Amino acid sequence: MSWINILIPGILLGGYYALLASGLSFLFGVMRIINLAHGSLAVLAAYAIWIMADRHEINPFIGVLILLPFMAMLGWALHRLIFERSLKGGALIPILSTFGLAMLIDNLLFQNFGADTRSLAPYVDSLAYDSWELPGNVYVGQLSVIVFVTALLVLGGLHLLLAHTHLGRRIRAAAQDSDAAQLVGIDARRTYAIASAIALMLVALAGLSLALRTTFDPYAGPLQLIFAFEAVVIGGAGSLWGTLLGGVILGVAQSVGAHVHPQGFLIAGHLVFLIILIARLYVLDRLAVGLRRLRGGSQ
Amino acid sequence: MSMNNTVAVQRWTRLSIASISLVVLFQLVLAFAPLFLSANAVDRLTTLFIYGILALMWNALAGYGGLVSIGHQAFFGLGAYGAIRLADAGMSVYPALFVAAALVAALSLPISVVMLRLRESEFAVGMWVLAALAHLLVNLDPLIQGETGTSLIALNAYAPDVRRAYTYWTALFAMVGLAWWVFWLLRGRLGTAAQSIRDNEEAAASVGVRVLSAKRTLFVLSALGCAVAGALWVATTISFQPKTYFSVQWSAFMLFMVLVGGIGTFEGPIIGAVLFFAVETAFGATGVWYMIGLGGTALVFALLIPKGIWGTIESRFGIRLLPVGYFLKSDRST
Repeated sequence: MSWINILIPGILLGGYYALLASGLSFLFGVMRIINLAHGSLAVLAAYAIWIMADRHEINPFIGVLILLPFMAMLGWALHRLIFERSLKGGALIPILSTFGLAMLIDNLLFQNFGADTRSLAPYVDSLAYDSWELPGNVYVGQLSVIVFVTALLVLGGLHLLLAHTHLGRRIRAAAQDSDAAQLVGIDARRTYAIASAIALMLVALAGLSLALRTTFDPYAGPLQLIFAFEAVVIGGAGSLWGTLLGGVILGVAQSVGAHVHPQGFLIAGHLVFLIILIARLYVLDRLAVGLRRLRGGSQ
Repeated sequence: MSMNNTVAVQRWTRLSIASISLVVLFQLVLAFAPLFLSANAVDRLTTLFIYGILALMWNALAGYGGLVSIGHQAFFGLGAYGAIRLADAGMSVYPALFVAAALVAALSLPISVVMLRLRESEFAVGMWVLAALAHLLVNLDPLIQGETGTSLIALNAYAPDVRRAYTYWTALFAMVGLAWWVFWLLRGRLGTAAQSIRDNEEAAASVGVRVLSAKRTLFVLSALGCAVAGALWVATTISFQPKTYFSVQWSAFMLFMVLVGGIGTFEGPIIGAVLFFAVETAFGATGVWYMIGLGGTALVFALLIPKGIWGTIESRFGIRLLPVGYFLKSDRST
């Protein structure tokens, strides 16, 4: 029984990680950039929603809707000013520039908001603490369920967008080979800018979930980036449903770790990340090669 | 073809011979600095040497190995932690700094086996995860008492003046030793391999460059250097709080120094370290604005001046003070 009570919160926490990682995973899938400012941008979004709630009494769920178009514009601007130029500069420049951007955002947030921790939980009545009782004396937090369902909807929506719309086809073409996409009449530059705008809207949702679930401060971004990155790598970089699986594995590992040792929450997450990384490099790769050889032999 | 147009391959120019002699002379002068400088100046110079080590090491990995790490604070923190552990076990403090660094370098070898299989940004953030994990594991050690931290108490055995001078000489020795070592490595087979990797990794591998082994050498070397720097840092500040040692700020500092100075040049990180030191001395007290400035400058350099200060000078004027490569010289120009 107690294991259910560890497992279910872990899985639901995984929903948050999947939502957090979806923007990172999407941008990586399309442009092959790991945006190191991803976590900091999520915290920036959290502060924007917090200001609306605190100073103007706007409900956070309405606040995020107001924020979305602004985040899309920010995504567009980031592409024009940073991502596009970085991509031309070679493999190292995107890492250097987005890390510089993260430093800039974190410290500007600190300059504006100070070291106080904030949360959006006080602005949504008791939603952050309410739970539903499942049969067998199992309680699930309402907010975690909402975040998990949002993650499913977001990943499902992205899947539909990529698989069944004209824009999705353009994005996939530009992701595969931007030069070839240009040749067949796709404006790769514009497509990338749209993809960045979408990624930043996902970041806004992640920022809202972060701020509702827990407290945040100006330097909370880097840890969120690490969580998102772990979820993406565990699930297989660039694959959207893999990101959900990665998030759930990370969430369950942390949940189990916290149960084993007071400091086990983070340690277990990092360890699972490293173990899966090593396993992928040594076991899964070899399996894949073996399978390919088998298939090749039968031809 | 007239005789005037013959082209020769050269490494040394008159300028580079003069500059390297100056460097040697300057290093000799530095060795005597504690005899005539104030205590505060000696402390500040020690800090500068540690920055120099960090910049040199990060550049060796990023500039020559093509591997940007956001997690080298792992080795910095572990070097300091190792020194504290060894001193606690009864080892004499100054040897303990180097033994700790050597142990960290040994640890970095199995780490390199896994991490070097990652590509670009995955390597960068993967290293960051590793640093976060190292931080959490060090916190578990009862000697460290979690975030409370501890001190390198064994240093109390030395009088403050003696300790200051010893730490200064150790830092100077470490920086000069590591700098010459990197210089010597880059002028040999490793330098050629590293440069071909930097230009095009696949092409380098296809002409028989042992890419992985070159990267591994640079990775272990940078781990060793960062661990020395961390051990020296704990020898200057005495207190060890895991949070400050395993902070990603160290990676930000290294990135700033190397990027601004000139990534992939030998002179660049040295210039970057001096510049960073000057900026810190002037603006460090402004706290958060200083960090905003560092972040903004790093962003601008990455986007607009990716070669950094020295790289730009080098490519515009063809000046090489500490040559690690070979260059074409046309007879006509002399």
